[in-house]
Amino acid sequence: MALSLKKHPMPVQAPEVRAHNFEEVALGYDEETAVAEAERCLHCKVPQCRKGCPVSVDIPAFIAKIKERDYDGAIEKIKETNSLPAVCGRVCPQENQCEKYCILGKKGEPVGIGRLERFAADRALAKEMPDAPFAAAPDAQRVAVIGSGPSGLSCAGDLAKRGYKVTIFEALHKAGGVLSYGIPEFRLPKDKVVQKEIENLEKLGVTIETDAVAGRLYTVDELLGEEGFDAVFIGTGAGLPRFQNIPGESLSGVYSANEFLTRCNLMKAYRFPDYATPLKVGKTAAIIGGGNVAMDAARTALRLGAEHVYIVYRRSEAELPARAEEVEHAKEEGIDFRLLTNPVAIEGDENGWVKAMRCIRMELGEPDASGRRRPIPVEGSEFSLAVDTVIVAIGTGPNPIIAQTTPGLALTKRGNIAADEETGATSKPGVFAGGDIVTGAATVILAMGAGRKAAAAIDAYLKEKKAERD
Amino acid sequence: MYEILKKEELSPHVYAMEIAAPRVAKKAEPGQFIILRVNEEGERIPLTIADFNRETGRILIVFQVIGASTMELAALEAGDSLLDFVGPLGHPSEIRKLDGTMVVVGGGIGVAPTYPIARAMHEAGNKVIAIMGAKTKDILIMEEEMKAVTDEVLVTTDDGSYGIKGFVTNAVEELVRRGEKIAQVTAIGPVIMMKSVAEATRPYGIPTVVSLNPIMVDGTGMCGGCRVTVGDETKFACVDGPEFDGHAVDFPGLMSRQRMYRDLEAVEKEHVCRIGLGRK
Repeated sequence: MALSLKKHPMPVQAPEVRAHNFEEVALGYDEETAVAEAERCLHCKVPQCRKGCPVSVDIPAFIAKIKERDYDGAIEKIKETNSLPAVCGRVCPQENQCEKYCILGKKGEPVGIGRLERFAADRALAKEMPDAPFAAAPDAQRVAVIGSGPSGLSCAGDLAKRGYKVTIFEALHKAGGVLSYGIPEFRLPKDKVVQKEIENLEKLGVTIETDAVAGRLYTVDELLGEEGFDAVFIGTGAGLPRFQNIPGESLSGVYSANEFLTRCNLMKAYRFPDYATPLKVGKTAAIIGGGNVAMDAARTALRLGAEHVYIVYRRSEAELPARAEEVEHAKEEGIDFRLLTNPVAIEGDENGWVKAMRCIRMELGEPDASGRRRPIPVEGSEFSLAVDTVIVAIGTGPNPIIAQTTPGLALTKRGNIAADEETGATSKPGVFAGGDIVTGAATVILAMGAGRKAAAAIDAYLKEKKAERD
Repeated sequence: MYEILKKEELSPHVYAMEIAAPRVAKKAEPGQFIILRVNEEGERIPLTIADFNRETGRILIVFQVIGASTMELAALEAGDSLLDFVGPLGHPSEIRKLDGTMVVVGGGIGVAPTYPIARAMHEAGNKVIAIMGAKTKDILIMEEEMKAVTDEVLVTTDDGSYGIKGFVTNAVEELVRRGEKIAQVTAIGPVIMMKSVAEATRPYGIPTVVSLNPIMVDGTGMCGGCRVTVGDETKFACVDGPEFDGHAVDFPGLMSRQRMYRDLEAVEKEHVCRIGLGRK
């Protein structure tokens, strides 16, 4: 049988339809397409794909199961190392991870590993799970996980599987971190996927306390002291939005992407007034930035009724950090990309509302420390863009609450928690950290990888602690 | 779920509620706030903590019905529960012995959050004077409570129906005129009132703290919806405040941002009213 050089396409909602709804854009493989795609896998003796996966999913093994139509077997394989496969299959930048190393990618398109993972995970989610939760032994050691985002969930899942009693403390009223407040419904369905994956974790015996702002309600020292935990994992993310510090950023109509997306995703402002949280988007919106968050904000603005949406990014298309599929989807939906463009000021009307954004054109100079070519302003090229909504998506910094309330916790120069790359160990004994709070804003899967490594290190630490005690 | 243990109408459209929130009460300090959500469809509303009791695990909140969400909150009775009650949030007020008199200024329902600050400053050994402003006598709240924790209470009413006729700033001026050695003023109330108090104390160089109440969503520093300009810097009121130097705050910017959702708030109020009618 001739091997197809192309991935089997995944059905999607038509752009002109989906631009006006919040339903999931990519619809997923059906059984026959999944099996056909699985048959493209060459089952390399030394599978390169695995080294691209931060949680080391045994990719050839699960794909082989799909080929045999043993879907339960496939998801079991994946779940050995990945606690949130339905999420990862949807939001991982596979082109920079597993699929980047797929041998088929050298001649044609790599195997659709993400799509196959999603297929197996969705099939499992659609089935009823046994309700009886797994219970840790009464004398099991206890671990507190701060933050219920990807790193915390992955760490908690791994620790629960190893028999520990795990409690997650979440500041918001819903678990999931960026999966709940950040990534939109049309890319990652909340009830169908995120909440189901979290429920599965709870069935492993993980307890989740929402409305619990660690640092305010319990400090890290109190968790290790009077609250009786044997170890703490900090996975609080990089939630504090950055602004550019240009004039006009406090005008009405200027949002951080975090606020814009939180109102829409977590608070369901897209269903206002049935849901009470309001969200305003005018006729013309500009999103500053070129990452996944910028794409999410732009496509959300469109769905909330904006007639024209710009992405304003200071580098060129090649440097866009967003996932390739999302850039493609955004373009199909009519998002207007203004590349090599940087805002210098936001202008308001007499009521303090945004009316325009002053921008300057950029050109690319020499590569900087990150290896990307540095954007340089072109003198005298300023122009004005008429907009009534501006969404700033230029990244986030670490939230200061934990750092302020945890004496003895060493930080990096940028205010992130200093932690060992392999173990997540911090300067405080028994305290581990991982994900964006350590690395700065990165991806869901890297945070999950960090949570997984920390879980292994916590396991080793607690075994040693127990041996000393006994 | 967080049970409402007690509800009282302090004045027309102003309610006090005691909420069972032992975890929050255990850590609450004067000057901090909470965020609550009434139900699954509800929005997150920030309210300053009006009182707390660590032993009974109760938090007192005081709110005025100004829109759809506070209308829904006011419709609840003792025995009902709130879905979410998050806190304590923000930095506590700085409680210390001052070289001079501590003056707390509360306007409208802003009187309530000045109460735990007055009490703590009094317990710290300070002479404390409370200035309480209300539009008219019948909407004045918490006068007796305030008297119990301060050395002196001055009441102002806009119409002169009780106490000094005029605004809280008139009472501040009065204290300065009589030679009171004021070490600090803490003002909480409508933005326009806090701005006026800051303007009134500026010529005398009296340190003035204001507790800001911008629009908030999460209240934990992740969205920046509550950002305000203080001096030349952008600050997030929820994690950097809510208290700031009143002489450095950009009040016009704050007021402009507070008006951002006015039209949608009207839509929502109408929506809730109609739901209410349907139920009856």
